[in-house]
Amino acid sequence: MKTLTVSVVTPDGPVLEDSYEMVSCKAESGELGILPGHIPLVAPLSINAVRLKRENHVDKLAVNGGFMEVRPDKVTILAQSAEKPSDIDIDRAERAKERAERRLQSKQDDIDTLRAELALKRAINRLRVIR
Amino acid sequence: MASLREIKGRITSTQKTKKITSAMQMVSASKMAKAEQNTKAFEPYSKKIQEVMAHIANSATETTHPMLEKRAVKRTGYMVITADKGLVGAYNSHILKALYQRIQQNHQSKDEYTVITIGRMGYEFCKKMDLPITQSIIGIGDQPDFADIKEIASETVQLYVDEEIDELHIIYNHYVSAISQKVTTTQLLPITDLGVQTTDSAFHDEYEYEPNEQQILEVLLPQYAESLIYGALLDGKASEHAASMTAMKSATDNANELIDDLTLTYNRVRQAAITQEITEISGGVAALE
Repeated sequence: MKTLTVSVVTPDGPVLEDSYEMVSCKAESGELGILPGHIPLVAPLSINAVRLKRENHVDKLAVNGGFMEVRPDKVTILAQSAEKPSDIDIDRAERAKERAERRLQSKQDDIDTLRAELALKRAINRLRVIR
Repeated sequence: MASLREIKGRITSTQKTKKITSAMQMVSASKMAKAEQNTKAFEPYSKKIQEVMAHIANSATETTHPMLEKRAVKRTGYMVITADKGLVGAYNSHILKALYQRIQQNHQSKDEYTVITIGRMGYEFCKKMDLPITQSIIGIGDQPDFADIKEIASETVQLYVDEEIDELHIIYNHYVSAISQKVTTTQLLPITDLGVQTTDSAFHDEYEYEPNEQQILEVLLPQYAESLIYGALLDGKASEHAASMTAMKSATDNANELIDDLTLTYNRVRQAAITQEITEISGGVAALE
């Protein structure tokens, strides 16, 4: 089975570098599945889980935005933060979720709403990855 | 001349100070090593993001973005990165001097510029000199991670997008080596130096952009600018620890010198006292005979 090298890089250092058979993620324009030999591509990612498939095993990563660069044998994901399930702090994510929800309910100006929405998305994403 | 006891007291207190400064020197040395590591960990990210930026800039012919375009400068933003505390030699004052000089040279009124401060010293300086501060953050750890400054970075970039400022300069201490740091002022926004040549530029024209270059730039440029700010912060932190190490080293050296001097005086005074005692005793004996 052909594989491609996946590396996930954040400002705090590389999170993961390994070879996988398939990468599926959600780009801003929709779901993307990348197999080895894909044409070179650059796409922005939404706040969502990235699934990495190898044999019968699927690894998940909570990726917070950023974008991906695809080459036939290599996928690089550049995000401001990316976490493996083992690195996610459930309590913190739960708290962040509650906080964001509270803030959304007590509607204030637009910037705060936008920020709370993003925070909520990130928290939900983390919780989804871990479950 | 001071008494024996007094000199002894000064020697002990200097020795205690020396203990502290030499411990601080070692702490700073290890923090500096850690900061260097952080900078290294950040490198793949910044390199990659630069590479993709260059790809797009080289291939895209018609893409435009406000962050790439120069516009008439009505208001300039200055971001200064300083330490939270002193004990770092001239680290802070060099940066603040550079900031102040720049403002004096380029601006007549307060409406023409604004300052974004990272670190307590910069904040306090601007408060004291009555410079306008739009954003500030204090209490960043010694080993900051991206989450710490994400907010201030994105808000600063937003200031530019909203045309609150038309230029953004960043002033920080660039880490050259453990004993040398250089105050650096760079223009962050609008982004001008996109002509970075990548090693495999043969790739660039083959890229597909999903959905299109314009959309990618929308995501990429703010992220790029934020990463530059973070890079400067890491650089600044490494120099801060290096400066603190040097300052503590010279404090330790000074303490050593002082102890040597004091010990010399102490011995002299002691000897003088002994000589005097002997003279007194022999004088007394002579008087008895």
